[in-house]
Amino acid sequence: MEEEWDEGGPEVVKRFMYVNRKAPYGTVYALEMLEKVLIAAAFEQDVHVVFMDDGVYQLKKEQETKAINMKNFSPTFRALEGYDVEKLYVEKESLEARGLTVDDLVVPVEVLSSEELKGLMDKQEVILTA
Amino acid sequence: MKFGILVNEGPFQHQASDSAYLFAKAALEKGHEIYRVFFYYDGVNNANKLSEPQADDRDLVKLWSALAEEYKVDLVVCVAAALRRGIKDDILAPGFRISGLGQLIESGIQADRQITFGD
Repeated sequence: MEEEWDEGGPEVVKRFMYVNRKAPYGTVYALEMLEKVLIAAAFEQDVHVVFMDDGVYQLKKEQETKAINMKNFSPTFRALEGYDVEKLYVEKESLEARGLTVDDLVVPVEVLSSEELKGLMDKQEVILTA
Repeated sequence: MKFGILVNEGPFQHQASDSAYLFAKAALEKGHEIYRVFFYYDGVNNANKLSEPQADDRDLVKLWSALAEEYKVDLVVCVAAALRRGIKDDILAPGFRISGLGQLIESGIQADRQITFGD
């Protein structure tokens, strides 16, 4: 089975949602999730990316990771637009609980309440979480 | 029903692989189809034939291989996740193959339900 579509775009476009719930460092979940998002974009699916719980820290500006020997991958979120991944959502409650505002984030996002997010999740066809 | 399965955890650290295996087996026995099982994160360790659990422990690597043998289930290990964990073709258990993340996306597209096992 081919990984890319031959030509003329995908036969099926599904609503994919990626739910990021983990802090960017400490475990590998966030980094490998981002790799997954980039691949979905290459398949021209309708991609939605959500950040909630400690996942909101993935978008925090001015990450300094040298001291923990990890690559700061937050700039990659700014590249998502170039892959036509523009539907980025942050859960309001998660942001507020951590004392953050949208001004602290590296990319523009839509802030949704937990209730609104629930509605958006209901509309998805594939949800991948980590 | 056609299921796609994603396994995100290692077989010895977490129950997710056991749950995924038992789910897949039960679904197949009920006549459902498993379009693909995709192994990501530490889940790629499910494919390591060098694993040697103790004799009184379940051996998930062998169980997956047996499931693939019996039902022709497509067991796919993510290449990027596998390489950084030292999982390569020469240590793959029977029934597994290494391929790209695109296989996961395709599974999400083709399956009626795509189910994640892991945190």
